Amino acid sequence: MAVNEDFLGRSYPPTPPFAVGREHVRDFAEAVGASDPVHHDVEAARAAGYADLVAPPTFAVIPGQRTDRQFVADPEAGVDYTRVVHGEQRFTHHRPIVAGDELRGILHIDAVRAAGGHQMITMRSEIVDADDQPVSTSRSTIVVRGGE
Amino acid sequence: MSEQTVRRFADVSEGEALPARSIPVTRATLVHYAGASGDRNVIHWDERTAKAVGLPDVIAHGMWTMGAVIQLVTDWVGDAGRILDYGTRFTKPVVVPHDGGTSIDVTGTVKSLDAQTKQGVVELVVTSSGEKVLGRCRATVQLD
Repeated sequence: MAVNEDFLGRSYPPTPPFAVGREHVRDFAEAVGASDPVHHDVEAARAAGYADLVAPPTFAVIPGQRTDRQFVADPEAGVDYTRVVHGEQRFTHHRPIVAGDELRGILHIDAVRAAGGHQMITMRSEIVDADDQPVSTSRSTIVVRGGE
Repeated sequence: MSEQTVRRFADVSEGEALPARSIPVTRATLVHYAGASGDRNVIHWDERTAKAVGLPDVIAHGMWTMGAVIQLVTDWVGDAGRILDYGTRFTKPVVVPHDGGTSIDVTGTVKSLDAQTKQGVVELVVTSSGEKVLGRCRATVQLD
């Protein structure tokens, strides 16, 4: 089944708030080998000028993928998840994510194109905070491998 | 900013190499990342499932690799909050064998500098077992 090209240009309503917790930041930082004290020690983060623990740069993938999931899980979109490969990822940070943030994502389908028997879909998640201020823009391109 | 030492624009030059590093990765690393990131896809920890879908073995999350290698840049720039933009292509899977795992080798080079904004672009070359696993891996950093 091919991905429904009518989804190109479509946007979704904001996701429910995602609460960034200190232990979550610490655990993610440890998992990617981010040992800087600003990820682990609240005093160190505050001394460096942050409101709370700073999330590593790729932590934004968590709210980003929660946002992207709306499209992937949409039965009308026609995405066969067993054929999905993550092709590209890019983050543009408008400010660092810190513990205590409540993040929502607004999903836009920016590209649906065929390439060599596969389909490539570029999803853009605009991640905003509780005051609707921009935090990160996550751009994910997934490749849906064509069937035999 | 107080205790933290952020790299100064004046101290950086185009073509400068960042200190290279080799990052070990085992199945335990992937299980930890699966839990921390919420990406619990079975191909990242179960050999039988990975092989059943045509992979040579368990593979690392592309996002783990992306998250691990940027530490080269955050340590160099001196502040994780100075990564303004970071993107890559996932060109080849990192195969993680059961016994001993594998490692990721990372080198970084300052590709360009902008005196107006005091921003720099660092390009990372990321390989595992001699093969390039990330493509066009670039980060824009804010220097002091």
